[in-house]
Amino acid sequence: MYDKLWLIPFFPLLGAIINGLLGKRFIKNEKVIGAIGTGMLFLSFLVSCKYFIQLLGDSVKSHQNVIASWMSVGKLQVDWGFLLDPLSALMIMVVTGVGTLIHLYSIGYMHGEEGFYRYFSYLNLFVFSMLMLVLGNNALVMFVGWEGVGLCSYLLIGYYFEKKSAGDAAKKAFVMNRVGDFGFLLGLFTLFWALGSHGVWTINFVEITENAHLLSGDMILGASVTTVATLCFFLGATGKSAQLPLFTWLPDAMEGPTPVSALIHAATMVTAGVYMIGRMNILFAMSPTTMFVVALVGALTAIFAATIGFAQNDIKRVLAYSTVSQLGFMFVAMGVGAFTAGIFHLMTHAFFKACLFLGSGSVIHAMHHALHHAHLDDDAQDMRNMGGLRKKMPITWATFGISCLAISGLPFFSGFFSKDEILWWAFASTRGNKVIWVIVVVAAFMTAFYMFRCLYMTFYGEQKTNPKAKDHVHESPWVITLPLVVLAGLATVGGLIGIPHAIDIAHVGNKLNAFLAPVFHHSQELYKIEAHGSASTEIILMVFSVAIALAGIGFATVMYMKDPSLPGKFTAKFPTLHRVVFNKWYVDEIYDTLFVNSTKKLGIFCWKGFDVKVVDGIVNGIAKLVGALSSVLRYTQSGLFTNYALTMVLGTVVMLAIFILN
Amino acid sequence: MNDHLLSLMTFFPLVGMLIILFLPREADRLIKTVTLVVTIIVFFISLPLAFDDVFATSSAMHYTEFVNWISVGDYFQMNYNVGIDGISLWLVLLTTFIMPIAILSTWHAIDKNTKGFMALALLLETGMLGAFISLDLFLFYVFWELMLVPMYFMIGIWGGKNRIYAAVKFFIFTAVGSLLMLVAIIYVYYYSVQAGVPFENGFSVVHFAQMDIPAHLQTWLFAAFAFSFAIKVPMFPVHTWLPDAHTEAPTAGSVILAAILLKMGTYGYVRFAIPLFPEATMQFTPFLALLAVIGIIYGALVAMMQDDVKKLVAYSSVSHLGFVMLGVFAMNLQGLSGGLLQMINHGISTGALFLIVGFLYERRHTRLIADFGGLSKVMPVFATIFLIVTFSSIGLPGTNGFVGEFLILVGAFESELRIFTVFATTGVILAAVYMLWMFQRVMMGKVTNPKNENLKDLSAREVTIMMPLLIFIFWIGIYPNTFLDKMTPALENMIKQVKGKQQIAMMVEDMDQTVTQVTVND
Repeated sequence: MYDKLWLIPFFPLLGAIINGLLGKRFIKNEKVIGAIGTGMLFLSFLVSCKYFIQLLGDSVKSHQNVIASWMSVGKLQVDWGFLLDPLSALMIMVVTGVGTLIHLYSIGYMHGEEGFYRYFSYLNLFVFSMLMLVLGNNALVMFVGWEGVGLCSYLLIGYYFEKKSAGDAAKKAFVMNRVGDFGFLLGLFTLFWALGSHGVWTINFVEITENAHLLSGDMILGASVTTVATLCFFLGATGKSAQLPLFTWLPDAMEGPTPVSALIHAATMVTAGVYMIGRMNILFAMSPTTMFVVALVGALTAIFAATIGFAQNDIKRVLAYSTVSQLGFMFVAMGVGAFTAGIFHLMTHAFFKACLFLGSGSVIHAMHHALHHAHLDDDAQDMRNMGGLRKKMPITWATFGISCLAISGLPFFSGFFSKDEILWWAFASTRGNKVIWVIVVVAAFMTAFYMFRCLYMTFYGEQKTNPKAKDHVHESPWVITLPLVVLAGLATVGGLIGIPHAIDIAHVGNKLNAFLAPVFHHSQELYKIEAHGSASTEIILMVFSVAIALAGIGFATVMYMKDPSLPGKFTAKFPTLHRVVFNKWYVDEIYDTLFVNSTKKLGIFCWKGFDVKVVDGIVNGIAKLVGALSSVLRYTQSGLFTNYALTMVLGTVVMLAIFILN
Repeated sequence: MNDHLLSLMTFFPLVGMLIILFLPREADRLIKTVTLVVTIIVFFISLPLAFDDVFATSSAMHYTEFVNWISVGDYFQMNYNVGIDGISLWLVLLTTFIMPIAILSTWHAIDKNTKGFMALALLLETGMLGAFISLDLFLFYVFWELMLVPMYFMIGIWGGKNRIYAAVKFFIFTAVGSLLMLVAIIYVYYYSVQAGVPFENGFSVVHFAQMDIPAHLQTWLFAAFAFSFAIKVPMFPVHTWLPDAHTEAPTAGSVILAAILLKMGTYGYVRFAIPLFPEATMQFTPFLALLAVIGIIYGALVAMMQDDVKKLVAYSSVSHLGFVMLGVFAMNLQGLSGGLLQMINHGISTGALFLIVGFLYERRHTRLIADFGGLSKVMPVFATIFLIVTFSSIGLPGTNGFVGEFLILVGAFESELRIFTVFATTGVILAAVYMLWMFQRVMMGKVTNPKNENLKDLSAREVTIMMPLLIFIFWIGIYPNTFLDKMTPALENMIKQVKGKQQIAMMVEDMDQTVTQVTVND
């Protein structure tokens, strides 16, 4: 029985309401507020576990739970309904599992904040929305979650609302996401109308999947309907998942508290675009054009964001660009038809990137306290103020290091398996492309480089913190380190559920592949999407990608450990290149000129140019004309008898004249 | 009581007005209390309508009343002919629901000549309710004009600095529109008499389907109606009276104007212009849809650049009502239901926004965005409510705004207006831009102006005013079926009739063309 699925999003919603309404006035106590927030999510995690296990043992792999009708207007019938299948089951495990850890961590990290209750209320609300997004059985419930996470992201990025930069970043995130949502909506309209023209009026995912084949051959605007619809949906994905061209909000989103960056802007929300493609994989599979675009955008984003990651000094910004880049990897996977690999990387990334962010948070927390203690205004997030923290914060260092190994793709860490599967599919899939493979390989090399740069600058070498604060840097309390340890553990072994066939000596099989097959297998088979090649090729490529990762780490070691003067020399030699990369290729500035300023100018023109001058000008002009006419006519109404007599005589003469002349 | 429920509801405010006229001028609080009680009683009189399930199953007019008023000969009659169906139901209830809220908002805001203001407010309520329940065209016209006068005085007497300019502009725009409509109404009557159609109980809305006005006449008559309604909506480019009227009007006036008066325009299209002139509607649809889409984008762009919060909200109305018009002219169930629902939504959300601006104005006597900043810190309760209303106006799923916009866009996309829909959907982005930018400048950041440091958070009265609106923001967002179910039969019936006539007209045109071609070929 799956009729209690609604409990999964319900608990965090309840937590959000309790803390939001009562937190400030009645509960007040930080411990209680934190316990409610974390506890509600843990309950949700337990329910998720129950259903996950139940699904594992069930022969039917797709279950819907409809609570009520939402909109019922003729042909359009939308329910508040949930769908549990392997894909959403995996997602709820990641969301509630990682979410619980991050909630726990937040109790320590946010300790003493004035808006503690508000923070937990928003964070719970976020998880609620994210669960609606992944559990929705139709596109509109998904959209509720989709925009809901956008709202929570807005609220949490703007958590420190007194800072102008936080307000700006929050607004930017929401507006850029809305550009994506514009695409999502158009995709949805196209799909609803196109399926409807075959007599199937639905936005239910199960029904869409069953009836998608009807759309083959349908055209709109000279292109196939599936291509148009999926491209629109993909625009939505680029907004939510920070891909080219809508990626610039994510680095700015680092204005929010660090656990927020870990939960929302690394592990869960930003992966929504990938999940959405997974959910509608049949439609994407029907359009090779869209899939190529997805893969290409993903690959370009992966490499583009990685270049920016080279030159950042703010530890969170490095991680932010790394997230953009890693999301690019996931889109490459979806684009070449490696749906399982994309979701696999989504999961492993959630582990190691959440761990990295929380690790950076632990460092920032320690730095902040030390600097505060010494009454210094130094930037607690600038890696140039760090260095040598390995001894002071051993647990943070170890977990951060493990996650760096995982993201770089060193053998047997989780990132190795997922990244390798993506590379293999990019190379060998029927929807693959060698150029994309090359781009992704280069991006993988760069990832290893900038992640180890970050590791070295933070934890190795001389400690560059201001001497006054230097000795006040300490390891964080257990609520912070425990989640780090758990996540590092997952980042280490989490990949073992997806061992590729070529190196599966123990014959455990690719568990993840088998688990997700009911969701992806159908479309892969129907539209002949497969990776084919010999096991030896696969092993050679694998060795090659490990070599690439090692090369990246090696370069970083030389530049930031062996000879720390090298980066300075390098930037001195290529000042323009460094400046451009450091300033993020000036994308923000270009967008400001192209879109923001021109829209403002258009607004001013419409207002002062059209409204005031043209419309009101005409209206006032008519009024003046009427006024002028009446002031002329007024002379005829002078009240003087002689005038009237004169007019009468003149009139008579004119009339007579006309009569005679005729 | 049901036999005369509508009349009781409509004219009870007049009774209240009479009572007030006998109260002493100085009894400020008493006058306000009486007015509030009267509007609340009117709300309770109208409440049974909300629970009557007949609207969910029948498209006919209910609660009808008929009294012959003026008769000239057998055919030419003007009647007191009222009734209510799924199209007018929620607008009537919106009116009776908003009025007590608007009155409560005047508690401290109106202090000069309270007696006059309250008397006019009650007269206005009668006018608005009367217009929504009129089935007779002349009766509608009488009530329509009746609304104009109190609003004119509300702006002109209790308004801000430029109140005279704004009031005159409001009057001229609307009066020009109504005159054209009057001429058209007279012609429609003339035609109904000429055609010799005998109508039982006089000529009224329910007979529109039987009318058969020739196409060339329809064009002119529709144009007259459409122009008059377009001013009221207001549609681009005849919208410029609105920002002035709103900025100058007192809070209660703005709330009523935005929540209810603007709906007269859109309601007029649905109730009168479209069913009377289906063929002309077909001709004008692309043109009006174009204006609607321009309105959506244009209103949003201009709203974005405003430095006065109230003007910003006023321009956002232009944008929102553009959506309503698009939905109406999609001429299918989704579009029309969405349009009708969005009228209610706009009443709730924009009404709430004007109340919020009013709260700010009462505290600081300014509406300039630049005078605020950082208020979240000093007014946390206000901040929460403002945030919810802001996102309702942006159309976040889970709030009322989303359901309306979504239905409109889905409907329009299915119809002939597909390409317009693509442009209209950009309104979704722009709404976020102008609302969030304003919210940031007013509420976020540090308190820079010392005058803002000690602002009081919302009082119990102010929270009470907002609460009902907040409830409906979520109710309509989460379970709109309560409202949609009762619109469906009436709308379905109307669509069937209009579409039927349009199809016949198209067939006739095709035949004419064939005949012409044959003639030419000979």
